[in-house]
Amino acid sequence: MPGAIYAEGLVKTFGDVRALDGVDLDVPEGTVLGLLGPNGAGKTTAVRCLTTLLRPDSGKAVVAGIDVLRQPNEVRRSIGLSGQFAAVDEYLTGRENLQMVGQLYQMKGRAAKARAAELLDQFHLSDAADRPTKTYSGGMRRRLDLAAALVVSPPVMFMDEPTTGLDPRNRQELWEVIKRLVAGGTTLLLTTQYLEEADHLAHDIAVVDHGRVIARGTSDQLKARTGGERVEVVVHERHHMATASEVLAGFGKGATTVEEHTRKLTVPVTGGAKLLAEVIRELDVRGIEIDDIGLRRPTLDDVFLSLTGHVAEVADEGNGSADDAAHEQEKEAAK
Amino acid sequence: MSAATDTTPVTAPANPIGQSVRDSLVIARRNLIRMTRIPEMVLFGIIQPVMFVVLFTYVFGGSMKIGNTTDPDVYKDFLMAGIFAQTVTFATAGSAAGIADDMQKGLVDRFRSLPMARGAVLTGRTVADLVQTAITLLVLAIVALIVGWRTGSADPTSVGEILAGFALLLLLGYAFTWIGALIGLSVRTPEAATSGGIIWLFPVTFISNAFVDSSQMTPWLRHIAEWNPFSATVQACRELFGNPGVVQSDAWPMQHPVWASLIWSVLIIAIFRTLAVRKYRSAAI
Repeated sequence: MPGAIYAEGLVKTFGDVRALDGVDLDVPEGTVLGLLGPNGAGKTTAVRCLTTLLRPDSGKAVVAGIDVLRQPNEVRRSIGLSGQFAAVDEYLTGRENLQMVGQLYQMKGRAAKARAAELLDQFHLSDAADRPTKTYSGGMRRRLDLAAALVVSPPVMFMDEPTTGLDPRNRQELWEVIKRLVAGGTTLLLTTQYLEEADHLAHDIAVVDHGRVIARGTSDQLKARTGGERVEVVVHERHHMATASEVLAGFGKGATTVEEHTRKLTVPVTGGAKLLAEVIRELDVRGIEIDDIGLRRPTLDDVFLSLTGHVAEVADEGNGSADDAAHEQEKEAAK
Repeated sequence: MSAATDTTPVTAPANPIGQSVRDSLVIARRNLIRMTRIPEMVLFGIIQPVMFVVLFTYVFGGSMKIGNTTDPDVYKDFLMAGIFAQTVTFATAGSAAGIADDMQKGLVDRFRSLPMARGAVLTGRTVADLVQTAITLLVLAIVALIVGWRTGSADPTSVGEILAGFALLLLLGYAFTWIGALIGLSVRTPEAATSGGIIWLFPVTFISNAFVDSSQMTPWLRHIAEWNPFSATVQACRELFGNPGVVQSDAWPMQHPVWASLIWSVLIIAIFRTLAVRKYRSAAI
């Protein structure tokens, strides 16, 4: 029995760019899949294919039990989409936006009105409900966009980089909203380039690069794959760094990396907490004052680096990414 | 992969035409609300043709020969049908920019992901633009009356004929907004849509009978002018308003301007609505 979101061999090319190069996905009902990858990895193209916005060249997609390619309009009734750019009308008020979306989901006028009021309340937008959304802050607009995707309480939700561009406070707030939503049984596919976000929200993670899923599993599984714990020490005095390095070399299973300006030393280890205690004792014996010490498990950044050979941020710098190229070419193709 | 086919089908709406009308009205209402929030856009849309009326009347008025006279009062009565027609066609730029803006802001993606009628986003836009055109036309007619335009100045006319003239103008304007919709879907930015929506209108409206007596043009240009869809509406309006300058010509559209205007407008709607809706759907499933 395939999950609430199922894809098999999705391929989409734009000219020379293979935006999707055979993507398989399976998201069990009521769970969250984090689609993790740098800009241009194909995340947005995948979401567009699954939400009927884009016809894949080949492959199969089933959402909420409905064949996306055969019954797109039925799929549209069962999904909510919250895009990368807050797609609300800036000249309409929050209330008008939600009512319009409700009516376009074929709700009756009165029902759409009641639902809009309910959502505005739920998303703490009641005070701003009758102001044009142009006056909203970025976080408010994002919440409204999310509310618009939830008008009919769809069983399946897609969020394309829901927190990109938000400040940390607003991001936290939106995470809480998303968690409540999932607790209510919604199946969610979330794309993100924030490794922390996938770690935080997703049950399963699929790492995407160059239009392909290059790894999948829980956050713990992916970290385990990368392997290795490390001890990280920040010494108080710069002149203690050499001695500290010596101490760590005695415990380490590999080369110690030293960051001069932050007075931070990192060394791969095995042995967990017990070993950490020994390191602390030894540093103490040598009279080295430390600001911070800890046992670090690999972050998803490390996972990404070890899987793709490049850090997630690398692709971030330009706009010449596959997804962007894909989007441009899609517009071209539409002509 | 049998799961795709053996699931319970979701019920489709009972009446697709009803849904299409309803969705179009929802979108039209949205665009009209926007109009009230950006009144300067409506205002500029009115100022431009008013400026044309004043400039053409007072600057060109004395030097234009209509029939056998250069009487500025005759030119004034001749001119208005042309200005009215040009004004309704300039709504094209507004539709193009509006659609392009919705595409750029991601609203079209939102609409495409909703279970709504496919053509409704475009129909809603063109209907809202029609309302704006009607408002502009009303203000313009009042200004025209103030500067001295009079119906029935050359031939007798009736209220019914005058209203029929305005109806033809609105239909032409509506037809042109569908060209605008297609342009809006085809360009990258709203700015490009604005210029792309208007540049080609200058030759279309000037190589016509709108501002000069086309029978005085060189023959090949005259042929173009007489078969120009735009000219048919201008000629029809002059006839219906009882204004001077009705062209005597062998060209069929000039002999049967009301029919020609109707046919041209309906044809434009049929062709460009089809193309625009197809383009709107093109990349999607």
